Amino acid sequence: MEKRKERIDRGIKARSVDIFALSSWREMLYLAAPRLIPIAGFLILPLILGLYWQKVLLSVAVFALLAISWDILAQTGMISLGQALFFGMGAYTAGILNHYWSWPPLVAIPAATLLGGIICTVFLLPVLRLRGIYFSMVTLIIPLMLVRIVEATKIFGGTEGLTGIAPLPSKWIELYLIMGVLMAALFGFRRLLASDYGLVLKAICDNDRSVINAGINIYWFKAQALFISSCIGALTGAFMTHVYMFVGMPVFALDYSILPIAAAIVGGPGTLAGATLGAFILVPLSEILRGIGGLRIVFYGLFLVVFIVALPEGIFHYVQRKYNQFERWVEVE
Amino acid sequence: MFLGTVVYALINSIALALMAIGFNLTFGISGVANFAYGALYIFSAYTSWMLLNLLKLPYLLSAVISILLTALLGALMYRFVLQRVRGQALSEVIATFGIGLAILELFRYLGFVGFEYNLPVFIDNSFFILGAFVDMQRILIVVIGILLISGLWIFTHHTSLGLAFRGIAQDERTALSLGIDSDWIATVAVSFGAGLAAVAATLIIPLGSISPGEGYEVLIKALAVCIIGGLGSTGGVIVASFIIGFAERFTDAYIGSHWTMMVSLAAILIVLIVKPSGLFGKQKELEERI
Repeated sequence: MEKRKERIDRGIKARSVDIFALSSWREMLYLAAPRLIPIAGFLILPLILGLYWQKVLLSVAVFALLAISWDILAQTGMISLGQALFFGMGAYTAGILNHYWSWPPLVAIPAATLLGGIICTVFLLPVLRLRGIYFSMVTLIIPLMLVRIVEATKIFGGTEGLTGIAPLPSKWIELYLIMGVLMAALFGFRRLLASDYGLVLKAICDNDRSVINAGINIYWFKAQALFISSCIGALTGAFMTHVYMFVGMPVFALDYSILPIAAAIVGGPGTLAGATLGAFILVPLSEILRGIGGLRIVFYGLFLVVFIVALPEGIFHYVQRKYNQFERWVEVE
Repeated sequence: MFLGTVVYALINSIALALMAIGFNLTFGISGVANFAYGALYIFSAYTSWMLLNLLKLPYLLSAVISILLTALLGALMYRFVLQRVRGQALSEVIATFGIGLAILELFRYLGFVGFEYNLPVFIDNSFFILGAFVDMQRILIVVIGILLISGLWIFTHHTSLGLAFRGIAQDERTALSLGIDSDWIATVAVSFGAGLAAVAATLIIPLGSISPGEGYEVLIKALAVCIIGGLGSTGGVIVASFIIGFAERFTDAYIGSHWTMMVSLAAILIVLIVKPSGLFGKQKELEERI
C-alpha cells in the first residue's frame, strides 16, 4: 500500500494568523512568541555573557547584518559573492573620516553608512543589467581587485592600513548599538519586503521580463535594493572599524563574502530571519571550533556541502513548517 | 629584453591555457562551474608528492596514479554531491566551493607548506632561445600543451564519446532522446576536467613549489581565462590565454609585478560589463543581461 505525507495547517495557526481572531492567551502567545523570544534574547544576551562571548556576540550581529544584506539582494535576483565590497567600503570610509578629519565615531558611522552605500551603488550601477552567475562573478572580482589597488598604489596606508582610529565610548554602547541596528534591520526590512514594494522586488527575481511588461522600471527598483543592501553592509564595516580601531586590507577578505552566504543558506534564504538564525548558529560554532585550529575551516566547508545537499530549504523554513503545520501519512487513492 | 619577454609570455599563455582547459571542458558540457578546480589541482600535486617521497614510487608512475586518482575524485564529487543539486547554479557554486575549501584547508592543516614540497622536473636541461634562458620543463609545457589541446579537439570532434559530450552541451533533451545518458556524460565530464587539472599540475608545479594558496590562484586564473574567452568555448580559451598571458608578462616586465594580477582582474571586469558571454561565447543575450 502506497502512502504519501499530508501537511495541514494547525488549528491555532488558522485562528491566530489567518483569521486573526485572538481569543486566548495561548493564541496570542503563539503569534507573539516567535517575535518576542529573539528580541528578549538580543536584549538580555549582552548582560549575561562574559567578556569573550560578548565579543563573539558582536561578530554574530555583524555577520547577521551582512547575511540580511545578502538576502535582500538575493531576493531581488542578484546573487552577490562579494559582500566584502560593501563591508570594506564602509570600513574604509569610516576610517578615512576619522583618521584624516577626526570625525567622532557616532557621526562617522552614519556618514560612512550613507557614503559607502552611495559609492557601492554607483560602482555597481553599470552591471545592474547583468543576470545570474554573471552578476555573481563581477561581485566576486571587485573586492579582490580593490585589495590589489590598495596594495599597489599604497593609498590609505597601503598594506599597513590606518591605525589609531577612535573607539566607541563604551562597550555597552557598542553592544546595544549593533543589537539595536540588528533588530531594526531584521523587523523593519521583513515588514518592507512583505509590503507591495517588497512584492515588486521579489517579482524581479522570479521573472524580470514580466515586471518590465507591467510597466515598472526594474533598474530603478534594482538600484534601490542595491542601495539598501550596500548601506547595511557599509554600516557593519564602519562599525567594525571603530571596534577594532583599525582599517586595512583584511576588510576585503573572502570571510566577509562567504560567511554571510553560508549563514543565509544554513538558516534559510528568503526570510531575513533565516539569515539571522544562520549567523547565530555558524559564528559561535566556528568560535567553539577555534580550538582545533585550521581544521575548523575544513569542517566548515563540509558543513556547507552537507546543508546544500541535505537541507536546501534551510533551518528556518523547516522549523517554521513544524511550527505551523502537522504532518500525517495518508493512503494514496 | 623584449624578445625574452615575448618568449616567456608565450610559455605563460600555454600554461594558462593548460590550467583553464579542464575548468572550461567541465563547464561547457555539464554546465557545472567547478569552484573546487584549484583544490583538485593541488590535490593531484600533493598526491604525486606523497607517492614519490613516502612510497618511493618512480616519478612517472606516481604522476599517472595521481592523475587517475584526481579524475576519480572528480567523478565521486559529481555522483554524490553535484548530481543532487544539478541545475541550481548557486547551490552548485557553493557546494563545489565548500569541497575545494575543505581539501585546501585540510592540506594546510596537515602542515604541507614549505619549499621541500615540490616536484622534480622531467628532464633537467636548458636552452637559449632568442636571447632568453628557457629550461626543458617550460618547453615540455608548450609541447604537451599543444598536443593536449589538439588531442582534445580530435576527441570532441571525432569519437563517439566526444560527440556525445557536445550533444549534451548543445541540447540536453534531444541528446537524451537519442539515448545519451546525461548524468553519466556529466560525471565523465567533471572527472575529465579534474584529470586535466591534474595533468596541468604535473606539468606546471615543478616550476615552483606546492602550497594550498596556489589552489585559489589557479582557480582565479582559470576563471579569468574562461570568462574572457567565453565560458564553454575552447577557441575562446586559447585566445584569452594569449591575451592574459602576454598582458601579464608585459606588465610584469615594464610596469611592476604588483600590477600583474590587476591586469587579469580588470580584463575580466571589462569583458563582463561589455560582453558577458566573453569574446567567443555563444550569444545568449537575454540570459546574461536584461
